[in-house]
Amino acid sequence: MYELRLYVAGKTTKSVTALSNLKKYCEEHMQGEYSIEVIDLLTHPQLAEGDQILAIPTLVKKVPEPVRKIIGDLSNKEKVLVGLDIRPK
Amino acid sequence: MVYICTKNSVSLYCSLFRIIMSDTLTPNLNHSNPLNTLNKTPTGISGLDQITLGGLPTGRPTLICGSAGCGKTLFSLEFIIRGAQEFNEPGVFIAFEEKAEELATNVASLGFDLNKLQEDKKIKIDYIHVDRSEIEETGEYDLEGLFIRLDYAIDSIGAKRVVLDTIENLFSGLSNQTILRAELRRLFQWLKDKGVTAIITGERGESSLTRQGLEEYVSDCVILLDHRIINQISTRRLRVVKYRGSVHGTNEYPFLIDEEGISVLPVTSLKLNKPVSSESTSSGINALDEMLSKRGFYRGSSILVSGTAGTGKTSIAASFAHETCNRGEKCLFFAFEESPQQIIRNMHSIGMNLEKHVDDGLLQFYSSRPTLYGLEMHLVAIHKAIRKFNPSVVVLDPITNLITVGTVSEVKAMLVRLIDFLQEEQITVMFTALTLNTVINEQTDEGVSSLVDAWLLIKDIELNGERNRGLYIMKSRGMQHSNQVREFVITSDGLDLVDVYLGPEGVLIGSAREAQKLLEETGQVLHTHAITRKDRELLRKRKVLQSKIDSLQTEFESTEEELNKIYIEEDLKKEIMEQNRQKVTDIRRGGNK
Repeated sequence: MYELRLYVAGKTTKSVTALSNLKKYCEEHMQGEYSIEVIDLLTHPQLAEGDQILAIPTLVKKVPEPVRKIIGDLSNKEKVLVGLDIRPK
Repeated sequence: MVYICTKNSVSLYCSLFRIIMSDTLTPNLNHSNPLNTLNKTPTGISGLDQITLGGLPTGRPTLICGSAGCGKTLFSLEFIIRGAQEFNEPGVFIAFEEKAEELATNVASLGFDLNKLQEDKKIKIDYIHVDRSEIEETGEYDLEGLFIRLDYAIDSIGAKRVVLDTIENLFSGLSNQTILRAELRRLFQWLKDKGVTAIITGERGESSLTRQGLEEYVSDCVILLDHRIINQISTRRLRVVKYRGSVHGTNEYPFLIDEEGISVLPVTSLKLNKPVSSESTSSGINALDEMLSKRGFYRGSSILVSGTAGTGKTSIAASFAHETCNRGEKCLFFAFEESPQQIIRNMHSIGMNLEKHVDDGLLQFYSSRPTLYGLEMHLVAIHKAIRKFNPSVVVLDPITNLITVGTVSEVKAMLVRLIDFLQEEQITVMFTALTLNTVINEQTDEGVSSLVDAWLLIKDIELNGERNRGLYIMKSRGMQHSNQVREFVITSDGLDLVDVYLGPEGVLIGSAREAQKLLEETGQVLHTHAITRKDRELLRKRKVLQSKIDSLQTEFESTEEELNKIYIEEDLKKEIMEQNRQKVTDIRRGGNK
């Protein structure tokens, strides 16, 4: 079960791209065993501290361990999958 | 300026000139004038606000760079803390290296309670952790997260001051330099727009001011911290490299980190226009006071006591201190060679009770080995001690071993600043200095003699197989002084100057003097004795004569009586004869009637 959190700052192109990319990869490789939480830091700035968010957009994989942060609009699929510890099928 | 061309003087004048040039400064913290000049934020760090003429530029970022362990974090922490405590400006500290708890412990030793300040919402500490192993960069991104966090932190307490320490950690965490640099540029512009006064710290680079070249972005004000080891002694220095929009002191200023935080050596106005006093303070030795026409030294002046080893310089200094305390004024005694207990014990043996003054709080000892600090640090430490204790008299005993930590010209420069500072505060200062036995010149090694207002020289005079001390006043500015060499004695009742003894061959000192004295005394006694003897003889002679007179007198009287008797007899005879003749005549005539 993957718990993923995507931190964005409003509806910028990068954020939208990241979200759509993420959804695509998850459907492809995790088939339902995932949950995506989108946190908008413009509305909840205090949440940036908890996960030590610096860059936007950032994808944080909380479960399973280890915690990984993937920054950028997720256009590089290889890196995203490696970051999520998912072997490409 | 008149340049007197001797090696030492040139360097002194050059350093003075340099200091004066940069020191046509008078701190002007609350400055409002029509031309809309740069506003400054006072830092609260002692001495720094004077160097920068008011503090750091308001609303602009300042770069503080230095190598590891220079004190950048402490500097920025003090900026924030003092801002919150003293100037009521809340501040945000963004730490990239230490966690909040670590910072709190680190500054607790300085007496700052970070936790309480955070609770009171005066300070916010945010720890941003950048761990390269956790991060995977995929595609385009920006550092909006940082901005958001910063924004949130500033708005949550209404902060006016921000510190980013040290932002170069981002470079080690994120590999995309282009994005990073672009974002940094955007960040500093954002900080300016936000109107906060920010401090950015950076590590010293090899060829540039900072390793990552932050000075490109932060160029309104750059301060460089330095930590140097010279001759095994470490000195910390600070230099304002750049300050856009303001005049500033450009020299390197030494600073000290101690239990109260950072103290930068304050700049004293070296314009030679200090107040002077005409009051005189006694030296503690009556005979010495008499040698000076004002019966003491001017208040606020500087006095040098020099002499070879064992001539009693410390004793003179201690008696000056003793006298000051007896008057009820405070004295600060800097001992660079003996420990305070030693001095107290030694002075006790000559009749000075210094312990009592220490207990009364009038006398304070400050002792340290000169090799403990560099020269500049000594100056800062002396400044601090003086400002805390506020004495009216300061004694430095001796200044000679300061040479072990600096060259002659450096010591001289330091003493110039010290004397200036003390004159400004109208504090009288006495220095003692050791002169070497072999050197016969009248110049002390430190060349200090030209700086001081009064100079007492104690000389060892060797005569007749013994050594005695002679004291004389080489100079005393502003008053007449005796030109005699008086013999200086240290007795169990204190110090004294003995009268000059003129024997038939000249001045006599020591045992020769005693011998002469004895001689004269014996002569005196004999003389009196002789006179008494003569007196008695006279008396006797008088008696004899008196009796002679008496006998003559009686003779005279008896002769007189005899003469008188003869006269009376004669008279009687005459009378009787007359009578007889008359009778006879009468008888002769009587028959014819």
